[in-house]
Amino acid sequence: MSSSAANPRTLFRKVWDAHVVAEGRDAPSLLYVDLHLVHEVTSPQAFDALRAAGRPVRRPDLTVATMDHNVPTLDGPITDPLARDQLEALRRNCDEFGVRLFGTGSGREGIVHVIGPELGLTQPGLTIVCGDSHTSTHGAFGALAFGIGTSEVGHVLATQTLPQVRPQTMEVRFEGDLPFGLTAKDMVLAAIGQLGVSGGRGHVVEYTGAAVRALSMEGRMTVCNMSIEAGARAGMVAADDTTFAYLEGRPGAPQGAEWEQALDEWRALRTDDGASYDDSVVVDVTTLKPQVTWGTNPGMVLPVDGVVPDPGDYDDPEQREAVERALRYMDLAPGTPLVDVRIDKVFIGSCTNARIEDLRTAASVVAGKRVAAGVQAIVVPGSARVKHQAEEEGLHEVFESAGFEWRRAGCSMCLGMNPDILQPGERCASTSNRNFEGRQGAGGRTHLLSPAMAAAAALTGHFTDVRELG
Amino acid sequence: MRPLPSVTGSVAVLDRADVDTDQIIPKQFLKRIERTGYGEFLFFDWMKDPDFELHRYPGASILVSGPNFGCGSSREHAAWALEDFGFDVVIAPSFGDIFRTNAVNTGLAPIALPAEQIAQLREAVDAVNELTVDLERLEITSTSGLRIPFELDAHTQETLVHGLDDIARTLMREAEIDAYEATHTARFDTRALPA
Ligand code: SF4
Repeated sequence: MSSSAANPRTLFRKVWDAHVVAEGRDAPSLLYVDLHLVHEVTSPQAFDALRAAGRPVRRPDLTVATMDHNVPTLDGPITDPLARDQLEALRRNCDEFGVRLFGTGSGREGIVHVIGPELGLTQPGLTIVCGDSHTSTHGAFGALAFGIGTSEVGHVLATQTLPQVRPQTMEVRFEGDLPFGLTAKDMVLAAIGQLGVSGGRGHVVEYTGAAVRALSMEGRMTVCNMSIEAGARAGMVAADDTTFAYLEGRPGAPQGAEWEQALDEWRALRTDDGASYDDSVVVDVTTLKPQVTWGTNPGMVLPVDGVVPDPGDYDDPEQREAVERALRYMDLAPGTPLVDVRIDKVFIGSCTNARIEDLRTAASVVAGKRVAAGVQAIVVPGSARVKHQAEEEGLHEVFESAGFEWRRAGCSMCLGMNPDILQPGERCASTSNRNFEGRQGAGGRTHLLSPAMAAAAALTGHFTDVRELG
Repeated sequence: MRPLPSVTGSVAVLDRADVDTDQIIPKQFLKRIERTGYGEFLFFDWMKDPDFELHRYPGASILVSGPNFGCGSSREHAAWALEDFGFDVVIAPSFGDIFRTNAVNTGLAPIALPAEQIAQLREAVDAVNELTVDLERLEITSTSGLRIPFELDAHTQETLVHGLDDIARTLMREAEIDAYEATHTARFDTRALPA
């Protein structure tokens, strides 16, 4: 296999080129979609539009739906009538249009970005879309995956394509070996801190470097998941043996001779030597420390041994004002060490960090210890399968005997569309991906960190370098 | 979608960077299954503050804001809420990628202008708060003689000016989609997945 092709291309470009149905001159290109993931929140208006126009779903065989954003994580029926109506609308729409639904109680339901990979539908080289910005998660498999709006959901349902202007490419190279005790979440938070929340705008990012190759699929998904938090359209990691080992034997993955053929194709899906990116950024992880956000966007992030910044240190008036606003919202004083910041709640969950490896890591931190007095800590597995597997491994008992609540799968407190929300003024250590104002509940204050760091904060009641826990 | 050849109206200024879609329309309003009626929930939490800038500009149809407007979540409800509230145009130095597309598909014109031109525009508005955004001629003008050209790709311009349905346009190319599918076998059938 030669990687020094005459016309060297990036991984992104290979996947893009293979999916162009029609090249655009004055118009955007028409891009074919291999997998369309659907959930209850961003789809009802799209199905309504299909119905109104009398259009069918073009490829129900390439479409799959789940229930995640709205579902309660405690046992018992849904009490919120609006949430119930929205979930019922999805069930009705899937029935009517012949779309496969993994609904609540199916045993396969879960956060849309957890179940796609789990089912083996997320595969190298595919184009994947979903009415959800964290669709970038699926790029961990070397797929081109990006979030779309509801009108586009309707467009894909009706045509299996999307008009798209080809994005730029950016390489984010993680250099060096990740120190012991650090995780993919620390890597991606540090990268966003460096790039800023709009540094990736208009770009598809490819993550490269030894530290990325060393990550498990779960870790790669965590990194790609947060691409959108740097403003990027998508994130990708070239597939390798780690990818193939994860995929082999999963329900949607190719079998037998088709598997062998797929492997040949997938191995060629990497950036050729000599191919160039429109932009390149290097993130050195050699001396990386656990990361914690202090502000109201994911780029406002510091190592855990840092102190809350002083607006006066910023020359740019716009930045100064943004920092002032963030500190006011977060109720933090400049100069406060992050380790002195006390928390009220801990949320271990979301499509960023609620896969089995995340739960194992957090469980290993809390095993035999107790959640600090006054702290409410919950663990929400990313899917029904993750929950099941964790229970087989006894992780739920580890969490529960440490004082954590063990919940049913869903998006939960990542965005608080279900009853799991922060009260005004409450401060939360969260493994999710967004610390925007009110994200987890109006007036709530969110600090993003890794599952290990969230577990450590639960035990001490304040941010703590997990590596220093006795 | 309504055609939007030109908009004349007053301007609201929301001078902040990175206004995310969680602020534009918070999650509790995403449970509705309708596409209309989101205007009353626009900037729900910020609106509770009597000093919130938008209170100063009743009836504005043009919103001017900071860079990276509409970043974050893919919720098209953000564009629906802005449009339903009465905005026809959003002008900012840059937009979140997904928001920009959602806005176009909602008939809300997202216009990117360099910060210096936005400053000029705000100066003109401080004197007389009325602008015309002409999407056919691709220029913004004021009665005081200000004239700022802007760019939109031809596809976006056509969509907005004529209020076109993107799906209908793509379906006119159905033969090309058929041809593509004929040479590309699907890797799976989601309907055949085990229970
Ligand atoms: S877990 Fe959070 S970020 Fe992920 S899909 Fe659900 S709501 Fe969106």
